[in-house]
Amino acid sequence: MSNEPLLNVKNLKVTFNTPKGEVNAVRGVSFSLGRERLGIVGESGSGKSQTGRAILGLTAANGRITADELKFHDVDLANLTPKQWRKVRGARISMIMQDPKYSLNPVMTIGDQIIEAYREHHKVNAREARHRAIDMLEAVKIRDPERVFNSYPHEVSGGMGQRVMIAMMLIPEPELIIADEPTSALDVTVQLQVMAILDDLVRDRGMALIFISHDLHLVSSFCDRVLVMYQGHVVEELAASALHEAKHPYTKGLLNCLPKMDGDHSDLPILEREASWAEG
Amino acid sequence: MIEISKLNAWFDDHHVLKDVDISVPANGSFGLVGESGSGKSTVLRTITGLVDDWEGNILVNNKELGTSRDKAFYRLVQMVFQDPFGSLHPRHTIDRILTEPVNIHGLGNSDSRVIEALKQVGLDNSFRFRYPHQLSGGQRQRVAIARALILEPKVLLLDEPTSALDVSIQAEVLNLLSRLRRDLGLTYIMVSHDLAVVAHMCDDIAIMNHGRIVERATAGQLAEGSLEHPYSQQLYKAAGGYDRAVVDSFVDWD
Repeated sequence: MSNEPLLNVKNLKVTFNTPKGEVNAVRGVSFSLGRERLGIVGESGSGKSQTGRAILGLTAANGRITADELKFHDVDLANLTPKQWRKVRGARISMIMQDPKYSLNPVMTIGDQIIEAYREHHKVNAREARHRAIDMLEAVKIRDPERVFNSYPHEVSGGMGQRVMIAMMLIPEPELIIADEPTSALDVTVQLQVMAILDDLVRDRGMALIFISHDLHLVSSFCDRVLVMYQGHVVEELAASALHEAKHPYTKGLLNCLPKMDGDHSDLPILEREASWAEG
Repeated sequence: MIEISKLNAWFDDHHVLKDVDISVPANGSFGLVGESGSGKSTVLRTITGLVDDWEGNILVNNKELGTSRDKAFYRLVQMVFQDPFGSLHPRHTIDRILTEPVNIHGLGNSDSRVIEALKQVGLDNSFRFRYPHQLSGGQRQRVAIARALILEPKVLLLDEPTSALDVSIQAEVLNLLSRLRRDLGLTYIMVSHDLAVVAHMCDDIAIMNHGRIVERATAGQLAEGSLEHPYSQQLYKAAGGYDRAVVDSFVDWD
């Protein structure tokens, strides 16, 4: 396995034109990604999701992306035509969204949706595609794949729906998965079970993963490396195992303000924000 | 302050609360933890009169509750809901949102009450004539708490009051709730899916699964991790973050 970077991002900026003027959601983010798991952590409005969406060209129409470099292998993601995007999205980079309730098609069976995802990128007949889809549902540990194949999204639970999403995103065998809060809508034990499935599949297939989340602890227990974002900037980059060595006051503040199970009822430390953090 | 015994509740044929017993002393803070569908919110909704089909005994301030709740009950007991986006009227100003309960209860003096309630939750007067959409999530949750406090209740029922908020804002709201309980001598029942939040806020904790309390613990016992029921142990382990080996030990409880 080569450690040559899959993705190079240099000075990425995402700006939205709104009736109230320009909003700078991402203000100069740079990182490179090999075959590893990278966590992007931040609070609401930190620009973590917009960073992920910009990589896949999913920025809303009133948004503008600029970057000194935005390259996936040798593909320049900043200047693709819609036709060229279709060869990248799903096939080589795909995205798992937060809520399966909104990201699955409610009037199409789960099986048909997975088959559609597969046949978009692979020329196979219907029987072969069905076979692959059932295999994939088994791979995400769905106990009765035949039944789920024929079900509609509203007939399955949230945890099951998210497994279906993972199956659909992984079946074209992309090299890079961007997961944007993939488990935040789930109960904590189901969340960890879904993450274990993602963990195994990404590892077995040698994929790279960008895991976007607000939960610093969860991300650092799952990823190799973590970027901490605040107001559109990366304020700190950490090896996930070195979370306790965080130096930036924002990262430390985020860790300290979490309630702990130590029987101590005294007030939690409050995160005091400093204007200088937003300048990167 | 609150004594609940043998509480059972149904949604149509679905038995959602099974023999729930809870006892909270005055100025105490009781936590209910569980996953979705465990019935934890239903306990609060039954106390406050939002569930019709229930049996059992609920005593609040030594008074037994019947099928309906009178005005006096709501002056004693108020509820704060999870989603500050859904629980404030989008087209009412903060002033109107806070004045309404004062008028319903005919307390009078609404002007000074609104100012006082905003002060209690740490919002200055400039928020008074704004609309909910002009506030952040944390500020909105403060308004929801102010609306509950304006009737000077003795009991607050808190249904996941911080789970829609960022962790830094959650810390501020939890500190606010702790301070209010100290200063005003309030009694809390707090519902959360987050074991750490409940451990931090409450003295006594009950863990619920499928409508039943499976285990009770004090904050001290939770700190030591000395839980006995396998379901609560699993919940405790899950709160520790991602660990592949721990996930393999999980059992489905449905």
